[in-house]
Amino acid sequence: MHIMKILVCISKTPDTTAKIAFTDNNRKFVTDGVQWILNPYDEWYALVRAIEIKEKDPSAVLHLVTVGGADYDVVIRKALALGGDEAIRINTEPGDSFYVANQIASIAKAGGYDLILTGKETIDYNGASVGGMLAALMDLPFISLAAKLELSGDTVTLVREIEGGEETVEVKLPLVVGCQKGMAEQRIPNMKGIMGARSKPLKVVEPVASESLTEILSFELPPAKKGVRLVPADNAEELIRLLHDEAKVI
Amino acid sequence: MSVLVFIDHSEGQIKKTSHEALSYGAALGKQMAVPAEGVLLGNVQEDLSSLGKYGIQKIHQLNQESLNQLDAEQYIRIISAIAESSGATVIILSHTNTGRAIAPGLSARLKAGLVTGATELPQTVNGFSVKKNVFSGKAFCTVSIKTPIKIISLNPNVFPVITGSGAAEIIQENIKLNPSAVSIKSVSKASGEIPLTEAEIVVSGGRGMKGPENWGPIEELAKLLHAATACSRPVADAGWRPHHEHVGQTGIAIAPNLYIAVGISGAIQHLAGVNRSKVIVVINKDPEAPFFKSADYGIVGDAFEVLPKLIQEVKKLKGLA
Repeated sequence: MHIMKILVCISKTPDTTAKIAFTDNNRKFVTDGVQWILNPYDEWYALVRAIEIKEKDPSAVLHLVTVGGADYDVVIRKALALGGDEAIRINTEPGDSFYVANQIASIAKAGGYDLILTGKETIDYNGASVGGMLAALMDLPFISLAAKLELSGDTVTLVREIEGGEETVEVKLPLVVGCQKGMAEQRIPNMKGIMGARSKPLKVVEPVASESLTEILSFELPPAKKGVRLVPADNAEELIRLLHDEAKVI
Repeated sequence: MSVLVFIDHSEGQIKKTSHEALSYGAALGKQMAVPAEGVLLGNVQEDLSSLGKYGIQKIHQLNQESLNQLDAEQYIRIISAIAESSGATVIILSHTNTGRAIAPGLSARLKAGLVTGATELPQTVNGFSVKKNVFSGKAFCTVSIKTPIKIISLNPNVFPVITGSGAAEIIQENIKLNPSAVSIKSVSKASGEIPLTEAEIVVSGGRGMKGPENWGPIEELAKLLHAATACSRPVADAGWRPHHEHVGQTGIAIAPNLYIAVGISGAIQHLAGVNRSKVIVVINKDPEAPFFKSADYGIVGDAFEVLPKLIQEVKKLKGLA
């Protein structure tokens, strides 16, 4: 019988509550004091859905892959604490989405995976690009913004978000899926998972030759809000007047 | 050399986001002194030559019924072919559900640098760089694209629709379709509702609304303002409102001209989904609600008392009362 092989692509991002500031002439994100987390879309939706599939079919093999330096190991262990058999870290500074997709494609091609899951985007760069690029580089179908995924043999049924609604599609394995809300429910790793994660293999591999097609030149913060203008609760008329005459939005 | 704009459509209508993308593409063409063209897969009711009013010179159309539904692989292959045959050096899409499905694949296929979620026209005098949102709306960055072909997906509602006069030449393309790897089983579109990501005004409710039975005034206010309705995560999780209305870090990120938040405290995860809104109005009975710090206008008061008054005033403004 065919053994199902799943690859989940994970990334680390600053915690949602992290202070966003820049240094070095606005060229670098200030990482001092930043708590790093597993990108929520990768964790809650892609990884947890993969774990659910493996729970239903314990013969399935579940690998995690990330592109980054040794500073990624903390979030990889956190991911392994939730589930997964082993992790692969491609040891290089992640360049742009195309560079990252190329790195993952080299691992994914060699590994012969049936199902490759990514989060819909990372919450730091919001590129929403690696999954679609990876699929194109591997010549596989890509289902973006997937909110449901069911497996039956080699057929995958997915519900994905399209303009103004949703669509149910059927695709044969192998494929790449960008996961979002609806896929699975958030899980908290338990003590057994955390202990077990320490002994799971974390393979470090060197990158393949590739290039970035884009480069970040600088960052900037949006202009600060002027502060709220409060209107008394009994004066709805004034609020509507301000929205109409001053803000000109209604 | 040309700018090629992908034109998305649904139910026979060109999407509002594509009208923005066409205006953006035409402005970029003018800036770079190259023609701006469009590509439309499938068909729409509107006369395509009228898109010349945006400053678009040619529209490439592949008029196949099956292309009226999103088929990402097919779209990527066809747009790549048309980009190559028409000599496009910049491809513009919208950063929408459709754009997300095809822009990355197009980038990998053409080995063309991609910037998603652009917020402004590129700087093209010295190199080619584009500004985009990062950190879920909490910052911007400027990204340089280094490849001969460049791809930009434009955020909805950041670029105005600019119309003039003119007629576009229609070019019927003849490209053979491949059998699709993805078969569509069913499509459900919320008819009559304004899609959240396209809405210029959004009225949103949180836990302060106390229960799903109290959504009447939110819906009424939204209807009067031609707005979409939204909600916070706890409301969607409790099943008071459908999940597709959830805006925030893990739901949908929106950038309307006006966001009215009623009974939402403004947790950082919620702000991450709405902080690109141009004007934010917060109505909350708790003066300490963190949302007031990010708001432009606010009312400290009970939603159930404030909403009916607002509805009354909007009716007056619209000449309905």
